[in-house]
Amino acid sequence: MSTTSEALKPSPAYGEPRKAGATARRDRWWVQPFLVVAALTTFGIYTIVRVILSTKYPGVYTDGAHLQSPMFSPDLAGIFGFHTKLPWSFLVLWAPLGMRTTCYYYRKSIYRSYFLAPPACAVAGAARRKYSGETKMLLFMNLHRFFFYAAAIVVGFLAFDFVRSLFYATAGGGTSFGVSIGSLIMLINVVCLSGYTFGCNSFRHLIGGNLDCFDCSASTRTRHTLWQRVTTLNVRHQEWAWLSMFTVWGTDLYLWLAGSGVFTDPHHIF
Amino acid sequence: MSTEMKGGHRQLKIWRGDRETGQLVDYELDTEPGMVVLDAVLEIQASQEPDLAVRWNCKAAKCGSCSAEINGKPQLMCKTRLDHLPADEPITVEPMRAFPQVRDLVTDVSWNYRVNEKIPPFTPREGLPNEYLMGQADTDRVSEFRKCIECFMCQDVCHILRDHRLQEKYYGPRFMVRLASLDMHPLDGLDRTDLIADQAGVGLCNITKCCTEVCPEGIKITDNAIIPLKERVADQRYDPLLKIFKRKGRQGRKKV
Repeated sequence: MSTTSEALKPSPAYGEPRKAGATARRDRWWVQPFLVVAALTTFGIYTIVRVILSTKYPGVYTDGAHLQSPMFSPDLAGIFGFHTKLPWSFLVLWAPLGMRTTCYYYRKSIYRSYFLAPPACAVAGAARRKYSGETKMLLFMNLHRFFFYAAAIVVGFLAFDFVRSLFYATAGGGTSFGVSIGSLIMLINVVCLSGYTFGCNSFRHLIGGNLDCFDCSASTRTRHTLWQRVTTLNVRHQEWAWLSMFTVWGTDLYLWLAGSGVFTDPHHIF
Repeated sequence: MSTEMKGGHRQLKIWRGDRETGQLVDYELDTEPGMVVLDAVLEIQASQEPDLAVRWNCKAAKCGSCSAEINGKPQLMCKTRLDHLPADEPITVEPMRAFPQVRDLVTDVSWNYRVNEKIPPFTPREGLPNEYLMGQADTDRVSEFRKCIECFMCQDVCHILRDHRLQEKYYGPRFMVRLASLDMHPLDGLDRTDLIADQAGVGLCNITKCCTEVCPEGIKITDNAIIPLKERVADQRYDPLLKIFKRKGRQGRKKV
């Protein structure tokens, strides 16, 4: 015995117009795009406001140690003697922000959450007259590898910043080795950013994925091994992306508060 | 998601219709523990609706015939257990919506076969010995793509085909997988990069990974096929550094 069902809406049939959000899914598919928009928008606004407001950011000095926030690294004034009254960290931030904007994982998140193209699988996206994907306005996404090159250099500076944070200037003009909570947070940040940066799909391609043959010579076999290592990071690229975004955020916030005198960075000098 | 095997009374809403029109129709049946959606549909076909059209074959998730949209998501009917679906609401079963409907749950997927014919098949490199040998690492990379059972659920969920209907400009994820398997084959003698970029339209893909999410074989379609193909196109078309170092061409491969 069968009856005609009217309570549930089916998916738009083949050939039918599809309005945004049309789907037969009954799960909460909208939660993920909502969370992504909330997190990325908050991070973006925080970064821009912080960088504009803190044009004179010199780093945190605790008993002679220098802790540099990842949003203001490299220390252009301290390392290169470069001084300007403009929000100078934008001179560097374009690299990691550009890498994230053109990152294959973030592209998925941004297209789904901001452009609703589509908002979730088997859910009709926002109506667009002519969909062109990444062939026209978004062709610049193909430059991801260049942002990767620049971001990898920035990660190198962050590693330098961590090492520098372990050395404390003493009264006699020498240096002592020490560890602080801030420097450990900086280490965690470098590790997470490295996991994200060196698990990049473009890096995976350049390190070995572009080979037509993995097993044809000693050099291709070496590159295959490296490709496998990068692949290990790449399969968790999404997790590394979020984790490293939050560690950048957390590290900056911690150092900002410590530098503002809200609390003193706990440390031990050996 | 509970893994406890449950049977009991269930309600299904199955799409019934022809090429022109259709609607969801309610069915009720008693189920046994461990039953899959295909079991329920075949039970309804046997006991209530003998003219219910459904395509199936192996019932082992290997032939790719019983693709459908269950509760709005593309899934194989033979691989979707009833006790993994919410017990307190009806189960909807619809045909794949990116393809023209033939009848009830059966769709016309012949477009895929026409696309397949456009792809130049494996063409051995010149000068290869009669016995083809390749290393295990290369075999491993290509064999992932060979797992494809052509259920076409990736094509169904791809919004470029499903919503934007750009079948003339984009081959779809399934054929990106095929192109990747050929392009990464160490013994193949063709350079399909222009085909991948132009006719196959890899640039239209915006990597939202729905194809990967629905693949019953667990092929990492986006990460292992589409993104590497995009990067290979970038090598040849968008990377001035590689042009400066004259790394543009691919040795031993003829352009198609």
